[in-house]
Order: sequence, then structure tokens, then C-alpha cells
Amino acid sequence: MIALGQFLEVLIGGLMSGVLYSLVALGFVLIFKASGVFNFAQGAMVLLAGLALVRALDLLVANGFPLWAAIVLGIGFSAVIMATTAWLIERFVIGPLVNQDGLTLFMSTIGVTFVIEGAAEMIFGSDVYPLRLFPTDAWFVLEGLFPGGILVNKLDVWGALIAGILVAGLALFFQRTKTGRALRAVADDHLAAHSVGIPISWIWFVVWLAAGLVALVAATVWGTKLGVQFSITFLALKALPVLIIGGLTSIPGAIAGGLIVGAGEKIAEVYLGPSIGGGIEYWFAYVLALAVLLVRPQGLFGERIIERV
Amino acid sequence: MPSIARNALILAAVMSGAVVSAPASAQNEQFIPILSYRTGPYAVNGAPYANGVIDYYNLINERDGGINDVKILIEECETGYATDKGVECYERLKSKGPTGAAFINPLSTGITFALTEKTAADKIPIITMGYGRADSKNGAVFPYNFPMLGTYWSAADIAIQHVAKELGGFDKLKGKKISLLYHDSPYGKEPIPMLQVLAQKYGFEFTPIPVTHPGVEQKSQWLAIRQNRPDYVLVWGWGVMNSTAVKEAAAVAYPREKMIGVWWSGAEPDVTPAGDQAIGYKSLMLQHGAGRFPVHADIEKYVYAKGKGSTEPGKVGEVLYNRGIVNAMLGVEGIRKAQEKFGQKPLTGEQVRWGLENLNLSEARIKELGFEGMLKPIRISCSDHEGTRDGRVQQWDGKSWKIISDWYTADEALIDPLVREVSMKYAADKKIQPRECSKES
Amino acid sequence: MLYREAGQFKTTYAEDMAIFPISQDRIALAVLLGIAFIGVPLLATFHIWPFGSDYLLWAILLPFLILALAAIGTNILVGYCGQISLGSGAFMAIGAYSAYKLATGVHIPLAWLGFAVSIPPLPVLASILLGGLIAAGVGILFGIPSLRIKGLYLAVATLAAQFFFDWAFLRIPWFTNYAPSGSVNAPALDFFGLIVQSPIERYLLCLLLLTLMALLAKNLVRSNLGRQWMAIRDMDIAAELIGIRPLYAKLTAFAVSSFIVGVAGALWAFVYLGSWEPLAFSIDRSLQLLFMVIIGGLGSIMGSFVGAAFILIVPIMLNLIPTELGVPLSTETITHFEFIIFGSLICYLLIKEPHGFARLISIGKEKLRLWPFPY
Repeated sequence: MIALGQFLEVLIGGLMSGVLYSLVALGFVLIFKASGVFNFAQGAMVLLAGLALVRALDLLVANGFPLWAAIVLGIGFSAVIMATTAWLIERFVIGPLVNQDGLTLFMSTIGVTFVIEGAAEMIFGSDVYPLRLFPTDAWFVLEGLFPGGILVNKLDVWGALIAGILVAGLALFFQRTKTGRALRAVADDHLAAHSVGIPISWIWFVVWLAAGLVALVAATVWGTKLGVQFSITFLALKALPVLIIGGLTSIPGAIAGGLIVGAGEKIAEVYLGPSIGGGIEYWFAYVLALAVLLVRPQGLFGERIIERV
Repeated sequence: MPSIARNALILAAVMSGAVVSAPASAQNEQFIPILSYRTGPYAVNGAPYANGVIDYYNLINERDGGINDVKILIEECETGYATDKGVECYERLKSKGPTGAAFINPLSTGITFALTEKTAADKIPIITMGYGRADSKNGAVFPYNFPMLGTYWSAADIAIQHVAKELGGFDKLKGKKISLLYHDSPYGKEPIPMLQVLAQKYGFEFTPIPVTHPGVEQKSQWLAIRQNRPDYVLVWGWGVMNSTAVKEAAAVAYPREKMIGVWWSGAEPDVTPAGDQAIGYKSLMLQHGAGRFPVHADIEKYVYAKGKGSTEPGKVGEVLYNRGIVNAMLGVEGIRKAQEKFGQKPLTGEQVRWGLENLNLSEARIKELGFEGMLKPIRISCSDHEGTRDGRVQQWDGKSWKIISDWYTADEALIDPLVREVSMKYAADKKIQPRECSKES
Repeated sequence: MLYREAGQFKTTYAEDMAIFPISQDRIALAVLLGIAFIGVPLLATFHIWPFGSDYLLWAILLPFLILALAAIGTNILVGYCGQISLGSGAFMAIGAYSAYKLATGVHIPLAWLGFAVSIPPLPVLASILLGGLIAAGVGILFGIPSLRIKGLYLAVATLAAQFFFDWAFLRIPWFTNYAPSGSVNAPALDFFGLIVQSPIERYLLCLLLLTLMALLAKNLVRSNLGRQWMAIRDMDIAAELIGIRPLYAKLTAFAVSSFIVGVAGALWAFVYLGSWEPLAFSIDRSLQLLFMVIIGGLGSIMGSFVGAAFILIVPIMLNLIPTELGVPLSTETITHFEFIIFGSLICYLLIKEPHGFARLISIGKEKLRLWPFPY
């Protein structure tokens, strides 16, 4: 019974952390879907959004604003920053690079990463800034059934809720709105979309903005978890296997990938780790991704790659 | 396209010009390079330390007009805690100033490992106060390394001594479970051999738990700790890893009172992000802790009052800031000692090395320097480059660090055999003929 | 006018097939090699400007040579065969640690078989080359997924190699000869009795290996094998249809690339760092190599050199210039500016010339051919 309780605890914990990775992975998917750009800068965008939010929040609270007003204004400020960033990226990097191959676009987003990291730290500071938007303690459920209960972190639950709402919102946006349909059209074939009168640069701006807002949401959760600081950019590397397992173009795939990676790596670390030295979760996620790719080269939910000569 | 080519050419010309233009410098200046990191994942801990170092050098220049009238000339170089950048910085700065670098202080165990051989070849001492390679305590094999005030092996022993005291005696350690949560790098791995020796001696069960750099994800480690329920968790972290460990401990309801961090896991940035969850967390002290002492008053008066301070006045006296000034002070005193022998002029790294090796700070001298209460007397010698191996334990009460223990002294009888074994292996690998310490003056 | 091949007649097949068929190229190369092999050592020995201190040799030229070698290796895989790899850092690490093990003696206790495999310490040069070979073997292994996974998916899949080996060299004490800290020291660089010690000796050693390898690579990419790689890169299905075996072509590309990268890794560890930990070969190194290849120009050996120089030297210069000019900025601000400018510069180059410096060089040659006339 103890062993089962422990297993469930690790499993639930893993699934939950997986969802938190999905929050970052979602931003990747949005941009890849609409413009074929593999956006390495997503981690840096989370940092930028988080720094803008927490610095605005601190400033407003220090100036006597009530907390709720400060949070609303802070999120607004951060959203404006993300919109500006989206516009700058579209205008100066992605726009001019249209039609280049995927690798060039990927490398250009690494260039963007450097710029965002440098600028964000220069403007907002490079210290660690605590952010407390969600509770971070834990529930112990089913204490009657298992000795000690099963630990469920409240922050993880919040993260999962937010991710769920986000995915539902994005799905509605893509399916039901005019802009959403235009987005899908651009993703399919940007030249054809262009020729039927869809304004491509506007659409790309919208996509980068959406990714920026997803980054902001990720920043509220991860900022609460870690404190807003430079290390948040490393999340990009944790999100990559999630993305690959789910498929680069699938929004539900990002969530499914997150669940698989989270559960897989935590179970591996806790049960396999001690016998081979520990610290295996980083590569385990990637090996898991590699295994999935060998079976399905486009990820679980990705669009089938059709090759023509 | 030609315009890019032209721009590139101009850029290249500007750059090649920049490499060669050496700065004009006065002759009576002692150059001290500062390798720091104010950006990247470890900036949170790197910046306050560097501020302390710089403020102390400025204090010496502003208050005393230099070390016996030899002004200190400093230049900072950003390493980002990356080894290759650190090596580049070292090469950039090692021969600046009239006599080259007096000593170097990389604040990274990784960079220390990479520079150990280079500094010995260039004859520049490398001061690694409270970090670096533990085997370099043996000055016979490592003439240029100075792991002053404490190595990780001393830290491990002090931590176990404190655990034993809390439990009520060394015999109580038997059968207890002690885990080490460590940053998976040479820094985090250094204490492991010592802890294994101690585990064998006292009969406690020792489990090392690695955390992958930079340590943002520790859920599985803490779930394992929750299941395994060790009696104590030692934390050997740096940067974001420390505060994340405290938060995760709170999340799995592991008592913070049972966590003991090394002295690099016991500063303000390690606990403040965790808020109230950090209350009760303990850490070792590298002798000093936070707080203000006479030397701080001088820094306020001579440096900050003149607008030359490198941080906000409110941050003067934080743990890592204080570590910076202690480190700078030891270097300056090493130079002062060397000046006794070689004259009051800018000295070479080789001469400063002699000064460091013969450094002897008595209680009276420490008081004179304004460090009373921060440090115990230090005496460096050829065979002992550590000088002293004392530490205390402090506890975070939600607002500040409170000292909760007496002084502990690490047990040389335990550490020395390990030091000898590992350093002799290094000597054999590198074909170094150890010096005979009895013949050193 | 300057760069005119008119009048250079090829009378034999061998002449036609020379690596550098145009005499101006040969002269330029000879001058370059002359400077590198004779000029630099001469200046350095007599400490003549700009070799007044060791800085240029130690901190610029030495890493440049080694990373250029690694960039050539990466370019073979990414630029010539079109297989995007984010695992080059791992293959450098494999080269470094294998060479380390071979140079210090390998001992594999096979307790369940009742005996142990022991190899005595090998000479340094043999260790470095064998280290490269071991990297090549591992490269083939990690190249197998490329038969099924393509493009950016493959890039992320190669990260599996990166993170796995980062972990393996940290965690398996056998690789580090049970060093307590996990940091290892290179053995003395003894080449047939000649101990390589001073910066200039290290420089010459790397230069020699780099020249040989670059020549090898240059020849390889214009051979049958190289053309197979390029066919796979341009369109793998079409290449398969005209009778190129993707298995053979892709895996040889992985092998050759990993060999060169592995040798570069061994040199980075032995000659440049001297003492290292797995962090020296982290994902940052992989990204850095990929940048060198892309900024330099995919599918160009010359481009790898220029790319390596650019990616290595520009950040250092951006960091140096403000201090040297005496601009009163804190190191923090300088570093932030370095990031911003370097990132912008990369984006600017990618936008202006997505084919990298190699393309700029060939445009330059075109211009020189016509110069001083506009057309």
C-alpha cells in the first residue's frame, strides 16, 4: 500500500510538472503552426514577461496601489511589453526572413534570444524577484487510504487549471474566430493565404503576440515557482521534448506531450535514478522523445509529413 | 552586399585596434584582476560578492591611499560562471598593470580547476576562499593555490559535527540517514569523498542526490526525499538551486530545520525568494555571516559617502557582500606581507605568493582591520594553504540570519590523509615534484 | 583583373582536378599558411606586436583553431549532408573523454567473465586520434535515427545525445578515473619525446592538425562520397532514386563529422583547457558550433573558418572595446550590450546573407574578377 501510494504521488507530481512544461511548449507550437518558425526564444520571452510583470507589480505596490489593481495593471504592462516585442520581431526579423529554410529561421530566433536576454536584464535588472500570485504549499489527499497521504502541490493544480483554460481558449480562437481561421490558412500555405487577401504580417504579429501572452501566463506560474530570474530561460530546453512528442503543430499535443514527459521523467528519476546514479531526468525526456519519433517521425499529434520529389 | 563587406572590414579594423591599444598606467600601482559574474543564471549570487570585493579595494585606495601608498588598480571581467569565458578573462588580465596580476580570484570551482595549471606556469597565485579544489590545501603540490578559510572537506566535517551536536553526540549518528543534495558539477561533488569517510567513521547512511545545473527542477529529488525521509539534508547548491530547494522542501513538508546548506547556500538571495517557507533553514558560515562591523563604517564613510559605492547602501553587510570584502582583505594583506620582504612597490605574482604563504593575521591585527567578530586568526603555511578551518551555523528567521552555534573546527586528522592522497595523485599525474615544506623559509 | 583565371590552361586531368585550380587561390593559400606557420611563431617568439603578451595566442588563436576544426566537422554533417545536429558538443566530449581514458590507461573489469580488459596508457597523439574514432563510432550509432527522423525533429532528437553524454561523463566515475570532483586533468602532451608546453607549441600542434584535417575534409567533400552527401542534402528521396544509399551516405557523414569533432574535442580538453568538466561541452557549445557553420556558410570549408572566427571573436571584442576605449560602463552593462549587439548582428547577417560568409566570399571573388570595371 505504501509503495502504491508513493507511486501515485510520483505519477501525479510528474503529470502536473509536465503540464507546467506544456505552458512553455504551447508558445512554441503556436508560432511553429503559423509560420514554420521553431522559436528558441520562447524561454527568453517567459523571462521578459515575468520581469516586466514583477517589476511593475513591485513598483505599483510600493506606490500604494491595492494588490488587485497592481496585478491587473502589472499584467497589462507586461502584455504591452510582449506586444511591442512581437511587433519588433515580426517587423525586423521574421518578416525579412520569409521563405528562408527552417534552420536559418531557427538560428535567427537564437539571435533574438540573446537580444531579449540582454535587453530584459538591462532594463529590468538581473536580481531574483519573488512573485507570489498562487499558493505554493501542498495538499495531502487520501490520508485515510495511504499513510502520509498523497502530496499534491497547489501551484501545480493552478498551473494545470490555467493550462486547461489556455488550451480551450486557443482552440476556440483557432476554430471560431475569423483571425483564427486566417491563422490556419497562413499556416497551411502562406502564399495562397496572401493571394486571397489575408494580411500576412498582421497575422504573424498576432501569432507572436499570442505566444508572448502564453509566455506571460507561463511566467506567472513559473515565476511563482522559482522567483523571476534568469534561470527561467532554461525552461526552453525542458519544453523541447514535450513539443517533439506532441508534434510541432498540435496544441493538444503540447499538453499530451507534457503529461508523457512529466510522468515519464519523474518515474524514471525516482525509481530508476538511484540505481544508476541519479540526475537522469534531463536526458530521459529526450530519449523518450527520440523513441516516440522513431515510431512516429512527426510526433504523436503532428501533421503527417508528406514528401514529394 | 558590398556594404556589409565594407562594414565588416571597418568593424574588423576597429577591433584589431582595440586589442593592441594598451591602457596607460602609472608606475606605482598594483594590478588586481576581478573575475565576476553579474549576468546569467548565477548573477544573483555573483553580483553582491563582486560588489564587496570592489568596495574593499576602493576603501584601501580612498582611506589609506593604497597598500603602503601603492595604489590598487582593478579591472573587472565578466565570466558568466562559464569556464571558457573565465579562461579568456584570465588571459586578458593576467599581464596588465606594471607587474601583472597580483593574484586571481575566479569565484567558480570550474574555473579554478581550469586555471590551476595555468596559474602555476604563469606564477600567479589563485585565491579560492571557501571554494575551489579541496586537495589544493597541500601547498607543497599546489604552491599557487590558496583555498583560504575553508575547503569543502572542512565544510562537510563541520556540517556533520553540527548534526552530531543537535542529535546529542557523535554516537547518535549511527544508523541515521543523511542526504546530500548537490549541484551536479565539480563544486557539488567535492564534499562527497569526505562525507563518505565520515559516514564510514560514524556509521550513518549517506545518500548523494544530484541536481542538474542550474537546478530549476527538483521535484523528483524532493519526492524521493519525502519517501526516504532522511534525518538531515545537506544542501550544496548555488544560484537558483538553493531557493528552489527550500521551496520544494516546504512543498513536501520536509522540515527546514533539518536542512543545512554549505556556506554558498546560506545568503539572502537563497532564502528571500522562498519567503516564509525559508524560516528555520540553516547554513554553515565561512566564519563570517551577515551584519555590519567596523570595516563597514569605513566603507560607508570613505567609499559610499563619496559616491563610489558599487551597490545600494542597504546591501552593504549582506552575507555574500561580506564574503567579498573578507576575500579582498586577505589578498591585500598578502600583498602587504610580501611588501615587507620585497619592498613597497608593485609586486609580481610570484612575490605576492610568498606574502600569501606567510600570511599571519593575529586577533589584534584583525581587530585593527575592522574585522573583529567576522574572522578568527589565520595563519597560512607551506603545508597548509587553508590557514584555518573554523565555521559556525546560522539560521534564517524570516528576516535575517541568526548565529545559532559555537565555533566548530574541522578535524585535520580526518581531512589530511585524504588531502595527501588526492594531491599526491595530482602530482604524479602532472609530474610535479612536491616542495619540501620544511626547507621553506 | 586581379582575380582572372583567363590564360590559366589546364593541360592534364590532374591539373583540372586540383583542389585549387586557380593560381590566385593557391597563392592566397600559400600566403595564409606562410603567415600561420612561419609568421605567427616568429612574431610570438620575439614578442613583437601584436604578440606582446600571450593573450592573442592563448585566448584567441588557440580556441579559434580548435573550434574551427570542430566547425568543419559540424559543417560536414549539417552543411554537406543536411542533417541538423545539436549534439556536436557531446561528440566533442566523447572525443575528449575517450582520449583521456586511452591516454591514462583503460581498465574494464569484467567480473562476471572472470577477467579484465586492460590497455596500457597510449601515447597522446594516438589517444587523440583514437578518441576521434570512438566519437565516430558513437556518431554512427546516434546517426541511425536520422534514417527515419528529419529536419528540426532530428535536431531535437540529437539533443538526446547531448544530454545523455553530459550526464554520463558527470555520473559514471569510470570515465573520470574516479576523480572526487569529477574534473579531470589532461596528461602531459608528450609527442614522441617532444613535450608541448608553451602557447606557441600548442598553437603549432593545433594548426598542424587543423591543416591536415581541413585538407582531408576539402578532398572528401569533392569526392564521390561528398557528392553523395550533397545529393542527400538537396533531396533525399531523389538521391535514393538515382541509386544513392541513404543509410551509407548518412552514416558516413555522421562518422566523418563525429571523428573530426571528436578530435577537436580532445584538443579542446588536452591542449586548451588542460583540466575540464562536462560543462565545457554543454549544449551552449553545440549551439555555438551550429552558429559558426550557419554564419560561415553551409557547405563550405572556408566558411567554417570565417564563421568560427566571427562567433568566437566578436563577443570578446564587444566586451573588450568599451574598456579599452575607456568608456565608463559597468561590466554588467557591457555584457548586456554584448548580448544585444551580438544577437542583432546574427539576425542582421542571416537576413542580409542567409548563405553566410562563404557566399560573401564568392561574391567578393566575382567582383575581383571584374575589377576595376563594373561589368
